[in-house]
Amino acid sequence: MSDILLNIKNLHASVDGKEILKGINLTVRPGEVHAIMGPNGSGKSTLSEVLAGNPAFSVSEGEVDFHGKELLALSPEDRSHEGLFLSFQYPVEIPGVSMVNFMRAAVNAKRKYFNEPPMSAGDFLKLMRQKRAIVELDNKLASRSVNEGFSGGEKKRNEIFQMAVLEPRLAILDETDSGLDIDALRVVAGGVNKLKNERNATIVITHYQRLLDYIKPDFVHVLYKGRIVRTGGPELALELEEKGYDWIKEDNR
Amino acid sequence: MNSLQQYLDLYRENARLIDSNSADALNRLRPGALNALQGKSLPTKASEDYERTSIADMMTPDFGLNIGRVDIPVDVTASFRCNVPNMSTLLAFTVNDIFKPTQHLADRLPDGVRFMSLKKAASEMPDIVARHYGSASPIEDPLVALNSLLVQDGVFIYVPDGVTVSRPLQLVNIFNATIPALAAMRRVLIVLGKGARCQFLTCDHTQDAVNSYLSSQVTEIILGEGASLDYCEIEESSAMTSRAASLYVEQSAASRFSSTTVTLTCGNTRNNMTVNLNGEGCITYLGGMAVNSDKRHIDNCTRVNHNAPRCKSDQKFKYVLDDESTGAFEGTILVTGDAPFTEAYQSNRNILASPVAKMHTKPQLLIYNDDVKCSHGATTGQLDNEALFYMRTRGIPEKEARTMLMQAFMSDIIEGVSIEGLRDRLRHLVEMRFHGTDSFCENCGGNIRREQCNNDSL
Repeated sequence: MSDILLNIKNLHASVDGKEILKGINLTVRPGEVHAIMGPNGSGKSTLSEVLAGNPAFSVSEGEVDFHGKELLALSPEDRSHEGLFLSFQYPVEIPGVSMVNFMRAAVNAKRKYFNEPPMSAGDFLKLMRQKRAIVELDNKLASRSVNEGFSGGEKKRNEIFQMAVLEPRLAILDETDSGLDIDALRVVAGGVNKLKNERNATIVITHYQRLLDYIKPDFVHVLYKGRIVRTGGPELALELEEKGYDWIKEDNR
Repeated sequence: MNSLQQYLDLYRENARLIDSNSADALNRLRPGALNALQGKSLPTKASEDYERTSIADMMTPDFGLNIGRVDIPVDVTASFRCNVPNMSTLLAFTVNDIFKPTQHLADRLPDGVRFMSLKKAASEMPDIVARHYGSASPIEDPLVALNSLLVQDGVFIYVPDGVTVSRPLQLVNIFNATIPALAAMRRVLIVLGKGARCQFLTCDHTQDAVNSYLSSQVTEIILGEGASLDYCEIEESSAMTSRAASLYVEQSAASRFSSTTVTLTCGNTRNNMTVNLNGEGCITYLGGMAVNSDKRHIDNCTRVNHNAPRCKSDQKFKYVLDDESTGAFEGTILVTGDAPFTEAYQSNRNILASPVAKMHTKPQLLIYNDDVKCSHGATTGQLDNEALFYMRTRGIPEKEARTMLMQAFMSDIIEGVSIEGLRDRLRHLVEMRFHGTDSFCENCGGNIRREQCNNDSL
């Protein structure tokens, strides 16, 4: 099926011998926005880390098809080249590595993967300038070390900036709203919306309905104890906002 | 057999020749040096502060010494272009242990400033050389005694009171031999008068990676009141090179000594650094970095002695050890009873990039005073896995991400280099080192770093 971007079948994964994901099934098509909600510890972040290829997690069962590629067989870097992007809940600070060098390495690694020559310095700077504007990222941050000394809001903007540069086919936003005030939230969500088109898709992982006021989901999934226990439209998020997660927990006791 | 004996025998057989090739100021120390070495042995791993490096083993092979001062030519222009292309320096070379100034060097120095052969200086300005030669380095130290016994010439740098040398002085040490094992006794004496300011850069190279080389170096630095010296040492030698280097610094009141010791490639290296802060308000910075791989060994041993009030010292050493390489750091801060209001810091941070690389670190504080601010810290660990994963999710291949993180780890040491123009060059050298290429430059025929050429031709 060529119109399926991501197809997760019966995905089981564990960390330190403890099974966190217990059979996830999810299908994402181009142009769609999926929201994954759920109480703390339900496995939301684990799902995003496993999809991005974090070696700390081991997959014991299941398969993931990413536009015809066997995603789980790819290294994290090749997953990125193939169009997967994870916006981290806690972006990592890397002292001593400048944003410019970091992004240049990322951009040129992708070009190399597709047998293209490295980008010229001029084109690269133009690209940076253009993409920074999408999330109103201050030019000053570009000369600093990756995320070092960035405020919570700046870190999240920086994630969306990187996403804008790498132009992924599937973006997973892990708790992108955490630690953001309302203005920063608007800017970040606005950036995500600007990058949306009919060929790419977004998975939004969040606790709260709040972010979904800005990034409108087509589907809302509730993750609980490592499984998707309920799927619905945007109205499901509103229902969760109103009633909390207790009724989900009751239903799945 | 005592590895020292061959050197003592060599001296006894050639004492007259050595004296006649040298100068009075240098010859004067030989009897004392011989005396200090009688019945002694060179430091072994059983000796204090030498737990990871045996000087005795280092010096055991049958090295030849160029007692007869035979001139061995090297292609110096090639090394110059290689070395610091973006910096305009006042340049001289030491080929093995023979000083070779570049053309017109003396004319290009400011009035009264000397950058010349130590032997020549000893006859031209005997008072100054005699007063300072041997004044900073204790003859009881066997490394100093051995060097003082056999050294015939060296390098002399002198900046008179109140004079600022605006261009950095650069000394390129090159090994080149027509025999398979050569030792050189190298000696540097730097004297800065009151309020004098100078920048000094020195680097060690070998012209091949086949011959065994042994470098015994003693550097003495005497800083007058309010003098300022920026100092940087870079070793880019071969795996077949051993280096036992001793740096002794005597600081007068309000003087400043800022030093960075960089080991990019080495075989078996031991660097001793001793700084005496003898007057009020001295400032001392000792930075150091070592990038090590294969089975190479690097050992830095520092000692900062606070002998006067209100001085400030800071030491920062970082190592990245890969493969089966080994590293050691022994650092001591001594604060005497005469040094209230001292501020002294020391840190040693290391990354083991392979499961079998080994680091040994021994930080020490000896404080005989209540009014001090001191700290020391040492950490040894691996690269940050979270950062590594973050970079990989952005498409940066693991190997490149590791290299970037290792380079980043060294960035504050590079930032600490106080010689303008050198930081960029150093950043480049470190980058090339981490990318696995020796830092020789193809444009000039690779005269400095032949390792790669040799590998290619094998």
